[in-house]
Amino acid sequence: MSPPASGPPASGPPASGPPASGPPASGPPASGPDRAEWETVVGLEVHCELKTQTKLFCGCKNAFGDEPNTNVCPVCLGLPGSLPVLNAFAVELAMRIGAALHCEVRPSSFHRKNYFYPDMPKDYQISQYDEPINVGGWLELPDGSRVGIERAHLEEDTGKTTHQGETGRIHAADYALVDYNRAGVPLVEIVSRPDIRSSAQARLYVTELRAVLVATGASDGRMEEGSLRVDANVSVRRAGAGAFGTRCEVKNLNSLRSLGRAIDYEVARQVALVEATGTVVQETRHWDENAGRTVPLRSKEEAFDYRYFPEPDLVPLAPGSDWQERAAGAVGLLPSARRERLAGLLGGAPTPQQVDQVHVVVGQGLDDLIVAAVAQGAPAGLALVRAANELAADIGAALALDAGTFGSVVEMEGRGELTATQAKAVLAELLAAGGGDPAKIAAEKGFEALSEGSLAAVLQGVVEAHPEEWARYSAGEEKLAGFFTGQVMRATGGKADGKAVAAELQRLRQ
Amino acid sequence: MSEPPALGRDDVAHVAGLARLSLSEEELDTFTGQLARVIDHARDVSSLDVHDVPPTAHPLPVRNVLRTDDPCPGLDRGEVLAAAPDVEDNRFKVPRIVGEAP
Repeated sequence: MSPPASGPPASGPPASGPPASGPPASGPPASGPDRAEWETVVGLEVHCELKTQTKLFCGCKNAFGDEPNTNVCPVCLGLPGSLPVLNAFAVELAMRIGAALHCEVRPSSFHRKNYFYPDMPKDYQISQYDEPINVGGWLELPDGSRVGIERAHLEEDTGKTTHQGETGRIHAADYALVDYNRAGVPLVEIVSRPDIRSSAQARLYVTELRAVLVATGASDGRMEEGSLRVDANVSVRRAGAGAFGTRCEVKNLNSLRSLGRAIDYEVARQVALVEATGTVVQETRHWDENAGRTVPLRSKEEAFDYRYFPEPDLVPLAPGSDWQERAAGAVGLLPSARRERLAGLLGGAPTPQQVDQVHVVVGQGLDDLIVAAVAQGAPAGLALVRAANELAADIGAALALDAGTFGSVVEMEGRGELTATQAKAVLAELLAAGGGDPAKIAAEKGFEALSEGSLAAVLQGVVEAHPEEWARYSAGEEKLAGFFTGQVMRATGGKADGKAVAAELQRLRQ
Repeated sequence: MSEPPALGRDDVAHVAGLARLSLSEEELDTFTGQLARVIDHARDVSSLDVHDVPPTAHPLPVRNVLRTDDPCPGLDRGEVLAAAPDVEDNRFKVPRIVGEAP
């Protein structure tokens, strides 16, 4: 299917022409029709890869980034005579997700979803259809709003296809290469109710849901690795209208940024369509991140007929109440409680920057490290900053880091034994090496914070070497403070503490 | 319960299309007749009163067949790819795909 002719230029008038044209391809579609008249309605489908050791129906490793086609067996390759057997831990994680989203766990069953596409060698995907494991629930967002959860069901992931050709684009590909390592990896698909009313709320929902999935231990939440994938059902209706408008499903949303942009684009496109033609055509659309627009993928008539039927090789699933309770008990602290716990450690009203940092560390599952660091004596504010910046920059290594080791680095920095720069370098070394002794690393790097006496001596030398600059600084030319700090850093090989230098400069000037 | 409409030739052509089967006009006639007889046979069930029989998802009275989450070795890649019609970069090489994954 070819994409439609490009829309009007970004500065152009709102789209009101032929149905295929969209709103401006870049920037918020605020220049469109009177937006206040229209209400955005969004429901999201989030696919979450479960953090199991093995696939959903066979004992092949569930691992991202392994050599292609090394984690495959007769079951996930769909070889004749092979039989699937359900992974108990995937069921456990699905129930944890259900519990965290206030769902009801029901007896469930599996169906075959039939389609012809080489990402599944069986030519069907095993999924849950009319009897999903989790039904009905809700997620409360940090802004206090609630989004209903329709269902959260188990299914298997597909293999990874790479289109090969001149441009790498699907439509122009000459052939495709398939890696089945991902085929059969357990997924939970979480389907929200159409309760979301803006692109900002959609982003907030995915961010909070992601934090919940990480907190329950069900997912690593890495959107960039595809462990979390989102499709959006978008429609518009006149404000106050009861009935929903015709919706379009938007696929290929690989980041929060794409999600927000795609919804804004789709809303503007649909509003323009309804105002011009009175109607929206139900279809599946593809988000083109580079072009900043959605293009039609298939119409309602072209929608796949999946010929669902019960999977005869799997028996029904009906977890007993004791197992359900165990799973619910393993959920642990949810993100909102985790944020409150950190706020309590910080004491007083957190700054806006700290609020952001708290969201980052809870979203990445790094808050337990901070709590442990503070318990061993590290200052909470500093632990938060180091976790939100240095640890968050290398999540995989950070989550494997010993809490005591992280705490020691923050303590050393808190006591002034390491400057901020040195503490960052020690943390980077620990993350790269997978652990170690912070004091030893600091000593090896020659990181010993300068004593006040030697700092004063160094500064004195710098002042004497630059009498002209010193005269100007003494006369009140504040920007020269940076010059002197730089000179001191150079003279000490970066060992001086920036704050101590500033204090010493002030003292010397008086 | 009302009887579903009888199976027609168009239905068979549609289902054959979904299954990527190309049937000749003659085969369509043959299979429409045969499939109609199969469906008629299954329809005998609707003459029974089953209002107090719960629906079943599986004929066996078995639930919760599970395995523990322990990895076990799969197949050797060389052996797997040897069975593929075409291979590139240790991956299955397949013809150009029209459209996008469902």
